[in-house]
Amino acid sequence: MTLIPLQHYLIVAAALFCIGLAIAITKRHFIGILLGIELMLNAVNINLVAFSRYDPERLSGQLFALFVIVVAAAEVTIALAIILRVYGYYQTVDPDEVDELKK
Amino acid sequence: MEVAAFYGFSLLAIIAALFILFSKNLIYGAFALFLAFLGVAALYVLAGADFLGVTQIMIYVGGILVLLIFGIMLTQKKKNDDPQHHNRVEILLSRGIWGSLLGAGFFVLLIKIVATANFKMTGDTISSKSTIKTIGVELMTSHLLPFEIAAILLLVALVGAAYLAMNRNPAP
Repeated sequence: MTLIPLQHYLIVAAALFCIGLAIAITKRHFIGILLGIELMLNAVNINLVAFSRYDPERLSGQLFALFVIVVAAAEVTIALAIILRVYGYYQTVDPDEVDELKK
Repeated sequence: MEVAAFYGFSLLAIIAALFILFSKNLIYGAFALFLAFLGVAALYVLAGADFLGVTQIMIYVGGILVLLIFGIMLTQKKKNDDPQHHNRVEILLSRGIWGSLLGAGFFVLLIKIVATANFKMTGDTISSKSTIKTIGVELMTSHLLPFEIAAILLLVALVGAAYLAMNRNPAP
C-alpha cells in the first residue's frame, strides 16, 4: 500500500484555507462569509486527520476534528439565527451597511 | 489507484472552492461548497478516518449546507424583482484585490513553512482496520469531559437559535 506523503495533505489543506480566507474577505454577504469560514474549518480538519494517521492507538487528531465539527455546527445555527434577526431589522445582508447598534 | 483518488479528490475540492470564490451567485456557491465537502470527506477516508468521513457527509452536507441554503433563500433582496439579480453579490474591486493578495501571501507563507518543516514521525502508521472502536473507547474514557461539554454546547446553541429566530415584535 503506497502511503501518500504527509506534505501533500498539508499543501491541499493550505490551499483550501487560503481560498476560504479570500472568500471571507471578498464576499459582501453575511452568508458568503459563513461559506468561507466553513471552508477554513474543513481545511484545519484535514490537517488534524492527516497528522492523526501516525497515532493509531489514541487518534487524538480525529477526536479533535470531531469536536471541531460539533463547534462548527453550533456556530452555523447561531450565526444564521443572528443573520435572520439582522435582516429582519435592517433589510440588508451587506456587512458594510450594518454599522449601527440601534437604528 | 489510491494516489489517483487522492489527487482527483484534492483537485475536486480546490476547484469547487475556487468556484465559490469567483461565482457571483451565492446559491451556486453553496452547491459548489457541497462538492468541496464531498472532496474533503474523501480525503478523510483516504487518510484512514472512515468514521470522520461519514460524519462529515452527515453533518456538513445533511445539516449545515441545508441550513445555509435556507439562510440564502430567506434573505432575498426585496428591492429588485429582476430574476437576473437574485442572490447577486457585488464585490468591490479594492476588496477583491486585498482578499486575493492576503490569500496568496498567506498561501506562500504556509507552503514555505510546510516545505521547510522537517516532520519526524515516530510510531507506526494507521492500518486499514476501522477507527470506530478506538474513537468510541477514547470518547468514553479519556475524552469524557469534552464530550459532555460538547453536549451542553449543542443544547445551548439549540435553545439560543430557537430564541433568536422566534418571530418577535421588532418594535418594543
